Amino acid sequence: MEYILIVIAAIFVNNVVLSKFLGICPFLGVSSKINTSIGMAGAVTFVMVIATMVTFLLQRYILDPLGAGFMQTIVFILVIASLVQMVEIILKKISPALYQALGIFLPLITTNCAVLGIAILVIKNNYNLLEGVVYAAASAIGFGFALVIMAGIREQLELANIPKGMKGVPIALLTAGILALAFMGFAGIVK
Amino acid sequence: MNRIANLTRGIFRENPTFVLVLGMCPTLATTSSAINGMGMGLATMFVLLCSNAVISLIAGFIPDKVRIPSYIVVIATFVTIVDLLMQAYTQSLYEKLGIFIPLIVVNCIVLGRAEAFANKNGVLDSALDGLGMGIGFTLALTILGSIRELLGNFTIFGLRVLPKDPSWSRAAFFHEPMLVFILAPGAFIVLAYLIAIFNKIRKQ
Repeated sequence: MEYILIVIAAIFVNNVVLSKFLGICPFLGVSSKINTSIGMAGAVTFVMVIATMVTFLLQRYILDPLGAGFMQTIVFILVIASLVQMVEIILKKISPALYQALGIFLPLITTNCAVLGIAILVIKNNYNLLEGVVYAAASAIGFGFALVIMAGIREQLELANIPKGMKGVPIALLTAGILALAFMGFAGIVK
Repeated sequence: MNRIANLTRGIFRENPTFVLVLGMCPTLATTSSAINGMGMGLATMFVLLCSNAVISLIAGFIPDKVRIPSYIVVIATFVTIVDLLMQAYTQSLYEKLGIFIPLIVVNCIVLGRAEAFANKNGVLDSALDGLGMGIGFTLALTILGSIRELLGNFTIFGLRVLPKDPSWSRAAFFHEPMLVFILAPGAFIVLAYLIAIFNKIRKQ
């Protein structure tokens, strides 16, 4: 039950993009086509789950016993950056098909603040390893969910007649704002 | 002359928020009030200034292949310094900004300026560029925060601008602050219009 609550809260109520404001750059950057947004969502899910697991273990078994909590930011970002590289190399070797699909998105993920943000939040919320992994996976699904909806809307928007000044980023932000309003409707499902 | 151009570039012509549209996460997340936005802007400015200066000094020694990880270490060091300083001296602001302080490390503006400017230019120019970009970012966040606070709470920097008592005006618009502007959707909507207005001004 507890895990179901974590999942629902992370996907709908506190959606990473629309309510926590993490990962806005890829949300605005790669949300113009549904296909690419699905690829990005897959890559983020993959990296976010692995990164959360590794950073959790590092924090619990290395940083905490050493009393080096202040090194968190430096250690986490380095681990995530090298992890992304490693995932890229392994994926290329093991599954070329998956690499074809996710490859171009992987380098972009290092600077996706959602990955680092979720890793830090898992520590802050005092989750255990399983809860942390479930939370990371659910957050990534929430990210993908918002991204795919956004891409669907933006594909339609291309055909719409938009005032000159609002073209590009402003209309994307405005769309995101209306989406965020819609997602506020989920508030209250889980406390 | 050139020096001044380095400083002012980030403030208007290449404003990181309104023109380059970088670092959107903290821009949207921390501007629920003017003071939060300004605090976030100043913290980022400090990191930008220091990391630009240090990276311009060490850029010559770093092999090209490992430059990005090295820059990230430099940036993360300064972020940690800011994090600890804010925790010590501005406790309430630190709690409000939350995880967005450690997240300065993945703010694309900081790494972007290191890669695009600091590794090709001298210390002074890089520091000025970082300062200018930081000022531009702080200004943008303060403006965004002020507008959201004004619409959502009728205050700016905590000072009451419009009276809470609705009887002074007959227009329904002034009767109740629009809470939605402080919540998540307001961030997107206000920033959307600000960028549109900024584009219009810049084109003239």
